[in-house]
Amino acid sequence: MHGEEALRMENITKVYPNGVIANSDINFSVMKGEIHALSGENGAGKSTLMKMLFGIEQPTRGDIYVNGEKKVISSSAEAISLGIGMVHQHFMLVPSLSVVENMVLGQEPRRGVMLDRKTAKAQAKEVSEKYHLGVPLDAPVYDLSVGQKQKVEILKALLHGAKILILDEPTAVLTPQETQELFIELKNLRDDGYTVIFISHKLNEVRELCDRITIIRHGRTMGVYDVRDVSEREISRLMVGRDVVLHMDRTPTMPGDVVLDVEGLSYWNHYGKQRLNGISLRARRNEVLGVAGVEGNGQAELVDIISGNLSRFQGSVRVLGKEVSGMSIRQVRELGVSYIPEDRMTMGMAGDLSITDNLMADKSYRDRFVGKVGLLDKKSIQEYGAEMVERYQVVCKSPDQPISSLSGGNIQKVVLARELSSNPELVIADQPTRGVDVGASEFIRQELRNLRDQGKCVLLVSSDLNELLGLSDRLIVLCDGGIAAYFADTSEVTEEDLGRFMLGIDRQADEEIAGVRA
Amino acid sequence: MSTVLANIFSAEFVYMWIRVVTPILLASLGGCICNQAGVVNLGLEGIMLLSALAGVIGGAYGGGLLAGVACGLGVALLVSLIFAYFHLNMEADATLCGTAINTFAAGATVMALFTLTGEKGTSSSLLSFSFPTINIPLIDRIPILGSIVSGHNFVTYVAFLAVFLTWFLFYRTPLGLRIRSIGENPDAAASVGVNVRRTRYVAILLCGLLTGMGGMYMSMGYLSMFTRGMVAGRGFIALAAAAMGQSTPIGALLSSMLFAFFESISNTLQLLALPSQFIRMLPYVATILGLTIYSIQKKNKAYARAQAAVQEK
Repeated sequence: MHGEEALRMENITKVYPNGVIANSDINFSVMKGEIHALSGENGAGKSTLMKMLFGIEQPTRGDIYVNGEKKVISSSAEAISLGIGMVHQHFMLVPSLSVVENMVLGQEPRRGVMLDRKTAKAQAKEVSEKYHLGVPLDAPVYDLSVGQKQKVEILKALLHGAKILILDEPTAVLTPQETQELFIELKNLRDDGYTVIFISHKLNEVRELCDRITIIRHGRTMGVYDVRDVSEREISRLMVGRDVVLHMDRTPTMPGDVVLDVEGLSYWNHYGKQRLNGISLRARRNEVLGVAGVEGNGQAELVDIISGNLSRFQGSVRVLGKEVSGMSIRQVRELGVSYIPEDRMTMGMAGDLSITDNLMADKSYRDRFVGKVGLLDKKSIQEYGAEMVERYQVVCKSPDQPISSLSGGNIQKVVLARELSSNPELVIADQPTRGVDVGASEFIRQELRNLRDQGKCVLLVSSDLNELLGLSDRLIVLCDGGIAAYFADTSEVTEEDLGRFMLGIDRQADEEIAGVRA
Repeated sequence: MSTVLANIFSAEFVYMWIRVVTPILLASLGGCICNQAGVVNLGLEGIMLLSALAGVIGGAYGGGLLAGVACGLGVALLVSLIFAYFHLNMEADATLCGTAINTFAAGATVMALFTLTGEKGTSSSLLSFSFPTINIPLIDRIPILGSIVSGHNFVTYVAFLAVFLTWFLFYRTPLGLRIRSIGENPDAAASVGVNVRRTRYVAILLCGLLTGMGGMYMSMGYLSMFTRGMVAGRGFIALAAAAMGQSTPIGALLSSMLFAFFESISNTLQLLALPSQFIRMLPYVATILGLTIYSIQKKNKAYARAQAAVQEK
């Protein structure tokens, strides 16, 4: 550490027009040449703080100092000119433009009125080589892997002259190997004098990578620590305000009857690209079958097919002995299939509707909600809403408020309530805790664990390998649309093992994989 | 039938085809620019109509072609500016803004015409100025080609030049890069400091210029006066052409040519005593059919691959 302050945010308070206090009197300071973690639950105010630093929001009160000078950052352009660069959680890239075009966008080199494409490419090449971040410069961004896209984001920030890099939960979409690679790159940048702000609630990563950590809870600073001086348990308590069980207990179970039976499942998307390649598996009552894999290796298609969202596949998918091919989504759900979608904001809810309406959206035709003349029974529906909100601990002012006004974790609880209350036999949980705070995540995991103990079958897709290993009884790894590995017992498996199979470095023998259908 | 074919395969037909495509092409290039910037500009029709009238009035009262052009383009820019202000600053729905322009234009043109000339149908009592026709030296002497390519209205050449200019704008200038980026991912563009609103303003105004040119061609080239409702859906056809051409200049050119082909053919086909409404329906039927066949083929191909893969096992 050089001991010189790169950035200081002093007594920052942010009150949104609707009265929500996102930050109150936050102090945040980062030294030159350090990797500084910013941790806190969802809704704690990390994003708001960073938005103010990057000029997207304005603080209601408080000052920002960059390199010791007081600055008012009123736009992203200004933040960039001050040497602040941000790698957003949802990549800020234009898919159909090339890597070079994405990198120079906003600061295009010109020759007269023309875009100087030669210089643009030379600039891109120069930073890419200087920081050893190799990406195909002329490829359109939609062709890149998630890890490569992230590199483009980092390069883009560097090209725009960033000295302070903000990374918002950068590892959420990466494999362990890609994460390691990213960490090496970030450490190199630090050694070159760059400052890195690393937003994460993965405590082991913070421990591995960061020098110091600032913890935020409910919009307030809970303290700044040298990472070496605090334990994960302490950090977690500061974040949540109570002890969270980080390790996951799993009682042994005896798997029961087959619930889900998939045989020879192949799928081609409408560009004619094969996304699933002869997948066979069985999942039973009393078990959680985990599905690991880098995003885009067939998990989405597998889940969509089982939940009835995709048709025209090859092979057979049976739920409780019934073939789902040709069934409508309603029919599949009536069979006892519940689905917690990965993208809860678009697939899991209708934002403008109330919590109650979202809770009963899939059950509107049930006797309980239909009155005498075939109209909705408002009273019964309201009772149901109140009941569910209490049962699933949804924090809200009223069950009648629009669901979009809730925090991510609470929205997910509503989704969970809707999906689990229909007494399902098979629950497909796709990234159930992504972007959800520690407390709510634990609640969700406990619910999934209960389902399994009640004799249900859970198919869990998750990019959080820790969660996957903690919850799953058995586990498969998908790579390139096929099963690359099968583990009948997850207790001995490490994240690194999974990573090897996820990246396609290794693949088990067919006989071993066939075990998943035993 | 043979007379019809003979008509279609004549130089006169191709000449007419190019004449007919001019206003559609200009407006559809404007539509491309707006689409690429992520703005749906439904008001092309209205902008064309307003600038068609403004061009004639400007010419008649300003006493010359240049005055007419200035007035026509000025009105197109003004209306575009209003559209942009309501859509971008007041955050009104683009479809509503566009529809408002179209409805306004239909009424306002007749009212202005009546106030100035006492007539509601045409501007025939006003002294009209038209864009000149241009004979390209040397080329006009080549048989057939000369009679197709040469002797068109000035605006027609502008329209074809505009295809290249739009392409150049999109793919060779920083502004074009920004326009393309804000249409696809405005947040990404904003995050690197691109001013999304300002760039959209520029796109809407450029669209206004091209569309205004297309509108003026109607009353100062295609005909040499303004008649009520003379744009007759060309603005909407241009929008369809832009969409069908995936908002690329070349795509818009080809789709505009397709639509214009059916429009010009309708005159010829009337020899067969087919109702003209039926013939005007053809380009749309062709589009729907084309897209349907395209997507069925795509699906079948994927399915065939699936079958083949299964049989290999």
